[in-house]
Amino acid sequence: MSEPASTHHAHGHGAHDDHHHEENFFLKYFWSTDHKVIGMQYLLTGMFMALFGGFFPYVFRMQLAFPGISVPFYGVVSPTEYNALVTNHGTVMIFWVAMPVLIAAFGNYLIPLMIGADDMVFPRLNRLSYQVFAVSVVVIIASFLVPQGGFGGAWTAYPPLSANPDYNLTPWGSTLWLVAVALEFIAFLIGGINFITTAMNSRAPGMRWSDVPMVVWMICIASILFMASVGPLMAGAVMLAFDQNLGTHFFDPKAGGDPILWQHLFWFFGHPEVYVVLLPATGIVAEVITTFSRKKLFGYKTILYTAIGTGVLSFFVWAHHQFIAGIDPRMANVFTVTTVLISIPIAEMMFLFIATLYGGSIRFKTPMLWALSFIALFMIGGVTGIPLGASGSDIYLHDSYYVIAHFHYTFFPIAIIGSFTALTYWFPKMFGRMMNETLGQVHFWITAIAVNGIFIPLFVLGAAGQHRRIYNYNHFAQLSTPDLQALRILATVSLVILLLAQFLFLFNFFYSMFFGEKASKNPWKGCTLEWTTESPPGHGNWPADQLPTVYRGPYEYGVEGRDEDYWPQNVPN
Amino acid sequence: MIERLIQPVSTFAGDIDQLFFGIHMVVGFWFFLVQGMFFYLLFRYRYREGVPTTYVTGKEKHLKKWINIPHILIILCDVGVIFFAVQTWYNVKQNLPEADATIRIVSQQWAWSFVHPGEDGELGTDDDIKTVDELHVQEGMTYHFQLESRDVLHSFSVPVFRLKQDAVPGRVITGWFEPMHTGVYDIQCAEMCGIGHGIMGARIHIESAEDHAAWIASKKGT
Repeated sequence: MSEPASTHHAHGHGAHDDHHHEENFFLKYFWSTDHKVIGMQYLLTGMFMALFGGFFPYVFRMQLAFPGISVPFYGVVSPTEYNALVTNHGTVMIFWVAMPVLIAAFGNYLIPLMIGADDMVFPRLNRLSYQVFAVSVVVIIASFLVPQGGFGGAWTAYPPLSANPDYNLTPWGSTLWLVAVALEFIAFLIGGINFITTAMNSRAPGMRWSDVPMVVWMICIASILFMASVGPLMAGAVMLAFDQNLGTHFFDPKAGGDPILWQHLFWFFGHPEVYVVLLPATGIVAEVITTFSRKKLFGYKTILYTAIGTGVLSFFVWAHHQFIAGIDPRMANVFTVTTVLISIPIAEMMFLFIATLYGGSIRFKTPMLWALSFIALFMIGGVTGIPLGASGSDIYLHDSYYVIAHFHYTFFPIAIIGSFTALTYWFPKMFGRMMNETLGQVHFWITAIAVNGIFIPLFVLGAAGQHRRIYNYNHFAQLSTPDLQALRILATVSLVILLLAQFLFLFNFFYSMFFGEKASKNPWKGCTLEWTTESPPGHGNWPADQLPTVYRGPYEYGVEGRDEDYWPQNVPN
Repeated sequence: MIERLIQPVSTFAGDIDQLFFGIHMVVGFWFFLVQGMFFYLLFRYRYREGVPTTYVTGKEKHLKKWINIPHILIILCDVGVIFFAVQTWYNVKQNLPEADATIRIVSQQWAWSFVHPGEDGELGTDDDIKTVDELHVQEGMTYHFQLESRDVLHSFSVPVFRLKQDAVPGRVITGWFEPMHTGVYDIQCAEMCGIGHGIMGARIHIESAEDHAAWIASKKGT
């Protein structure tokens, strides 16, 4: 199980050690195999892509609220551009923001630190993962700049629209989009192998499976889900690329292909993907609520089982995206059962998080506010999934704004709130300085309130029959009423407020990085191992002779008979 | 809830609205209960000077019941939701009642063409009436539709019917509806189909028996 510190240090670095003292800038930042540097690069790349992912909805929501206006900082939005904007908002936010920040950035940064290792077990593979990811970033950005513009066939890329340039009119954009997504998958496959292997083999001496912090577990489970689900989609992506460029007909019904096949391949990946990003976010929330309520996690193993249960079930629900897609209607009954049942482990996990608060001593610092808002808002996303998973009501709600509101109430807490929870919590460790608490709280409250102003109106619009991906509702008599338009404007205004508030965060982030108050090793008095080393940790995380040994679980807060209310994992007694 | 926002005009629209309402009552109950508990705990156990935290593992029987009982109740609620969902689905999508008339719906980038039976009431005869972006049906009649696509995926959606069905090139998908009231309502394409997706609308004209007969007569010979 756990190796002695000296041997795992040796295999962690090996050949790399002999030159790390003479690194120049290029080697340090472009060729570094230090997991912290790579994690930071993923983080900053993800934040950079979030600028795109955040700017797109500003443009298309302005168009929806005020059809035909020249959007400030953009211009008039054509239908082609509108389609490309909604398509790439989804694609970028999931594959280039949520995945790199939640899994790659925090997975890379936290796993070795939290299990007491000096680096990943495959540091060079880790570097390769980021390099491939960086190429995918270049390709997806390039896809907006080619003739005829970016791909606009929705992030699900259903053929025949996506397969044939005669239909989608973006011969370059659609191919580059597909290549970018495929490269991104390769990057995360490589990264996932590394996370799982590291967590299995490099845990500090004494660290049993039940001593592993929840966020490490969750990132590993998410990586396994990703590896198990992405294969079919990779095959599908290759087939689709062939259809686009080599004249094959895998998805072309005119030549005997089947467009529905793509939907199965896509959603067989696409639904587990939701849990691939959800689980790391719940892991982050688990770390933060335990620290700030000074409580042991309520039912550590049960939470783990609910995560594994959700992961397994998530492979059996994909066709709920296809109830009305032309599959055999009898299939819908099977997938309704599996889909509705997935509410059980997820509800249980939320109950356990809430139960963790019982008997605690809760401090409402910025990271805690984010973690709590994750629970409060994710629940809205959770319960509104039920009418969509229930086949009967999905007939009406499918592809309506109700769906958009539902999954944004899951993805916003996951990708945005989850990331802010982690960033504000681990910022002192990453940069050695504290973020400004007042600015952090102001940013939190504006964001957490504004998000409801965006998506509650969308629930109503969806229930009123408004469909997705339509650039101007004036073409539909029943949808161009003043009441519905007022809701659209409300959503857009809320979005603009939310986006403006993010500048507070960016200011706080970069200002605090250089001028914040100096952070101690353990500013939040946490029990897990990353708080036992310097802030920020040096190369190798701990001095080679001081790698930690683990004596207990990660959440020993409030143990009776001790002076302090926390008992770090590495303290012998 | 939905009926306040948009009129129900097909025979099964009311069932879907009821299912929607019922599910929201069930999940709404749980939602407010759990949020209530959540905020109560946040208030009750907020940090206070000198009040220590307690050590709880989650294995204590008297505490575990707070998780286990809701867990079982949620399973029961799920069973109820599944039952009514499947029942509604079966009536709308699986069990097609005998048709009084059949229409053909052909979707393409970016228009709807409709083929109505003429005076003989039969589809596929010489007096079929073809229209673009306007569908004429008679209230109180049960229709089967045969949905096709000429190019990419589209979706035939009539919000007042609560009905939606994707059109897949290479397949003919059969469904049904029975309009209840007269009036003119929107048909939308609900599946991304390219640049013109946002303008791919049509109108459904639901007419009384006399008006419908008059419309058919007016189209004779065209």
